[in-house]
Amino acid sequence: MSFFSFGQSAEIDVVLNDAETRKKAEHKTEDGKKDKYFLFYDGETVSGKVNVTLKNPGKRLEHQGIKIEFVGQIELYYDKGNHHEFVSLVKDLARPGEMTQSQTFDFEFTHVEKPYESYTGQNVKLRYFLRATVIRRLNDITKELDIVVHTLSTYPELNSSIKMEVGIEDCLHIEFEYNKSKYHLKDVIVGKIYFLLVRIKIKHMEIDIIKRETTGTGPSVYHENDTIAKYEIMDGAPVRGESIPIRLFLAGYDLTPTMRDINKKFSVRYYLNLVLIDEEERRYFKQQEITLWRKGDVVRKSMSHQAAIASQRFEGSAASESALEKAAKEESG
Amino acid sequence: MTDSAVADTRRLNSKPQDLTDAYGPPSNFLEIDVHEPQIVGVGRNRYTTYGVRMRTNLPIFKLKDSCVRRRYSDFEWLKNELERDSKIVVPPLPGKALKRQLPFRGDEGLFDENFIEQRRVGLEQFINRIAGHPLAQNERCLHMFLQDESIDRNYIPGKTIQAAAPEPSTYISTSRH
Repeated sequence: MSFFSFGQSAEIDVVLNDAETRKKAEHKTEDGKKDKYFLFYDGETVSGKVNVTLKNPGKRLEHQGIKIEFVGQIELYYDKGNHHEFVSLVKDLARPGEMTQSQTFDFEFTHVEKPYESYTGQNVKLRYFLRATVIRRLNDITKELDIVVHTLSTYPELNSSIKMEVGIEDCLHIEFEYNKSKYHLKDVIVGKIYFLLVRIKIKHMEIDIIKRETTGTGPSVYHENDTIAKYEIMDGAPVRGESIPIRLFLAGYDLTPTMRDINKKFSVRYYLNLVLIDEEERRYFKQQEITLWRKGDVVRKSMSHQAAIASQRFEGSAASESALEKAAKEESG
Repeated sequence: MTDSAVADTRRLNSKPQDLTDAYGPPSNFLEIDVHEPQIVGVGRNRYTTYGVRMRTNLPIFKLKDSCVRRRYSDFEWLKNELERDSKIVVPPLPGKALKRQLPFRGDEGLFDENFIEQRRVGLEQFINRIAGHPLAQNERCLHMFLQDESIDRNYIPGKTIQAAAPEPSTYISTSRH
């Protein structure tokens, strides 16, 4: 990022030690495109090398120090100047001086805390990245490497079904039921709608998944609603006593885990919206919040301990305590 | 809880439906016909009335089969009452056709057959749309319009059922259309 380079200039890049073996995950960029990034979990070590390559070999590169940072930050789009850093680690790679030839520096951030999941939304972005810098008097040379962090949970101990009777007096009474209140991202919503009273002419019924992103605090709270899915579950007019099944596979939709009050800056919550439409296009709806969580893939020995740490942070319950013990036993045993 | 690789997607259990419910008449029967236009009066004081016939099995309507005669201005009255008192967005009426009331037209003006038929269709759509709305069904003006022999313009506006304030968590909200 040097516009006027008088004298020596250099290129800097960051390479992870496990770049060959580490999994990559797809993540949306701010302009909606999907890109692949290295995937990390909470507690994992981030280690690699910083390569500083001199552009004109033979010429010296004067600098005020070389460092690498690991940053986790929240950016609110309406407040782009202010980044809220919740993780900020620095390693100095070289003291101020000069470089006469290209060099490689090793770095390691051991067992880094990554408490939140990476998120790119409509009004807010939470990202983690490595930033290597060659500090110079006029302009620094920097390079950023974005990574993606997923937060994992285990099956919640308590996962009651949602069952409710709702309606409009003397017009429409239904009982809806969803098999769980907490679903993982590849789960299936199994439910049913039971008609107790139908005095209106219903044309069809659908279930929508709504994502609500909330940014800001106090008087300046802003909700951004986005309908992620619309799924028709009934076409035609039901009568009393009819039961309509629901089977909605979540894996097909672009969903994130539920995020509640992340660093007191934003929330991402999900709702099921049951909508009945009558013959005059009038809409009758009932919204119900569900909790989404991310299930770990095949749990390897070294991963289970990390996942157990992550789940403890999420649930803080007896189940995760015993999961932690079990993982510790597996590792040592 | 066991970590099963494949989710259980079997249907939830439900009560078997009563056969009289399944094959009996639906509880949402409501049909209103606007028909039989008749020209009433003589000369310049003529106007058209339409038959408004309602057949229903909804308990909120006192009569299950009623027939009254209404003119365009009666429909206008109903529209105004609902716009003032109810929370619904009232659908539009067919046009007032003021131009047709001017003299020296080539056709029959307000009493042109095609015009009356067009208006009849519009009025029928209008009244069916309103009568099916759960919020409109609670208005006294609608019941008077559909089932009383004549409209008492000095009536006391109000709701037919004095309901307690609904609890938001147990009610479906209708959009205002």
